[in-house]
Amino acid sequence: MDEIQSLLQGFAVALTLKNLLFMFVGIVLGVVIGVLPGLGGANGVAILLPLTFTLAQTPGGTTTAIILLSCIYWGALFGGAITSILFNIPGEPWSVATTFDGYPMAQQGRAGEALTASFTASFFGALVAVILITFLSPIIAEFALAFGPPEFFAVYLLTFCAFIGMSKEPPFKTLAAMMLGFALASVGTDTVTGTLRFNFGSMLLLNGFNFLVAVIGLFGIGEILLSLEEGLAFRGARARIDPRVVWQTWKALPRYWATAIRSAAIGCFMGVVPGGATPASFMSYGMAQRFSPDGDKFGTGKVEGVVAPEVANNAAGTSALLPMLTLGVPGSPTAAVLLGGLMIWGLQPGPLLFVEQKEFVWGLIASMYLGNLAGLIVVLTCVPLFAAILRIPFSVIAPIIIVICAIGGYTVNNAIFDVWMIVVFGVIGYAFKKLQYPLAPMVLAIVLGDQAEASFRQAMIMSQGDLSILFSKGLVGGVSALALVMLFWPLISLVVARLRGR
Amino acid sequence: MAKNSGSRPALRYKSAEVAVALIIMAFSALIAVESLRIGARWTADGPQTGYFPLYIALILGAACAVNLVLALRMKPRANRTFVQVGQLKLVLAVLVPAAVFVGVISWTGLYLAAVLFVAFFMHRLGNYPWWKAAAASVATGVVLFLVFEVWFLVPLPKGPIERALGVG
Repeated sequence: MDEIQSLLQGFAVALTLKNLLFMFVGIVLGVVIGVLPGLGGANGVAILLPLTFTLAQTPGGTTTAIILLSCIYWGALFGGAITSILFNIPGEPWSVATTFDGYPMAQQGRAGEALTASFTASFFGALVAVILITFLSPIIAEFALAFGPPEFFAVYLLTFCAFIGMSKEPPFKTLAAMMLGFALASVGTDTVTGTLRFNFGSMLLLNGFNFLVAVIGLFGIGEILLSLEEGLAFRGARARIDPRVVWQTWKALPRYWATAIRSAAIGCFMGVVPGGATPASFMSYGMAQRFSPDGDKFGTGKVEGVVAPEVANNAAGTSALLPMLTLGVPGSPTAAVLLGGLMIWGLQPGPLLFVEQKEFVWGLIASMYLGNLAGLIVVLTCVPLFAAILRIPFSVIAPIIIVICAIGGYTVNNAIFDVWMIVVFGVIGYAFKKLQYPLAPMVLAIVLGDQAEASFRQAMIMSQGDLSILFSKGLVGGVSALALVMLFWPLISLVVARLRGR
Repeated sequence: MAKNSGSRPALRYKSAEVAVALIIMAFSALIAVESLRIGARWTADGPQTGYFPLYIALILGAACAVNLVLALRMKPRANRTFVQVGQLKLVLAVLVPAAVFVGVISWTGLYLAAVLFVAFFMHRLGNYPWWKAAAASVATGVVLFLVFEVWFLVPLPKGPIERALGVG
């Protein structure tokens, strides 16, 4: 049981006073970010990433920095549910399914019950995913040590094909958004040969488009513009959770064990294969509805309807870190930002991380257990406080968020040009969101573009330009084939359904 | 703004879809042409710089062509309002000041620009009396300064005000 041993060492790393302090700071910030419109996991972490640059240079500082950032992520995953249940406004896209039963419950005066159920479900989902990470990631990492460029390119291919096949957005729009991301990633310096390209003589484009800038603009400014349109009359239910309600809800929850386990499985699968937390939450809501004895009462305020999406989205959000740590392929935009953070701090994500930075990796994994527990305690005790944030009028909070986005963009490279790019990406984000162009694959393409290109070109050099190398030996061929299955999944499932129908 | 004129459609979905598809197609054409210019062929030491981006640009162009056709074949019933005049006005009422805010940062420094932006926003869009807006925005500026310059040691652009106060 090497993993247990490593994990215990990880706890020793994570359990310092400084790390625990940053853990709580991260959780609280994360919940605030999850509650505020326009700030979410991805751009919240992106904005705060520059603050960790100096922190990461101190000894052991990278661990503290990743604990801070990952806890912001956990906090955001927890926090998204608060606004969904109390205000019927999903703070995060993955909390949309939580509104279906959560908001009716709040209207019936059962807000405390709904919140307790959702937080506990979130915790359960995250816990399952962390256990999965603990035991599966060393195996995958060891396996991946033997990967060469073709294998890595096949994994990238799988990632991006999964996006097209699994997302609920129109496939050609997903493809377009993704390719746009790759095109933007190729601007600047060619990482393989070091030559300049697509900068059109401009010094400003020398370093290309930074993905942090894109994330802050697309998710931050874009979201603010969207919220503006919908008009912002926040009319929320009162929230207080007293211990008695918590206890009663907890007593009732074990009844939904089947839903919880099913949703956790869906979540973990969708997180590892980057389908993402949002489709995972919808899918498990749908499944719970189909399998539940009172499925037809879903949408009127059933606890089970809150449990299913919340377990799934936290499981997906957390397990998205598994491929990020082991393969260097993030499963969600926020995981992508964390990956970018690792690279900026000078760590190379991927299988070698488990060999060279054991302390860092296991410290992070241990902090996932602690962080989620801390998150559960913080959200259960502080809900009224967080709900009060939404009572601050939008005309006060919106300009402050825009200013913070601008600061976040500036600090990436200390360049005003990046702040302009945030405004531009904001408009793109607004238009894309409205037209159902998904933003997640675009962000992932911007992050992974250089590496995907490098591994593709190295693979092509190995095979003298023959694409069939991707389908040659066992492993590459297997992953590539799986990628194609994912890509054509909607068609395949259609055919299967037709055949069954006969 | 009057209620009736505000709910008039400023743009419908079809036009929006077509416009976005065309813009991205133009971008993909730009990348493709530039890829060919810097070399997208295969040389003795492997693929040239434009090799990978050319493929990306071609796929991007093709995907947008499909989206364009889908948009043009959109049924009239599906061609709902993309954005209403009133909504568009609201969005622009935020976007334009935000752009001005970014524009003046290099002159005034970030903090002064932020204070002015928050004050303007609160006064104009939130209908707060000017003294409330001023107090809240100055407080925001001071808090931002403390967080970034003092606690996290992240230097942000500064202007004449900070220099006059001796903190720039």
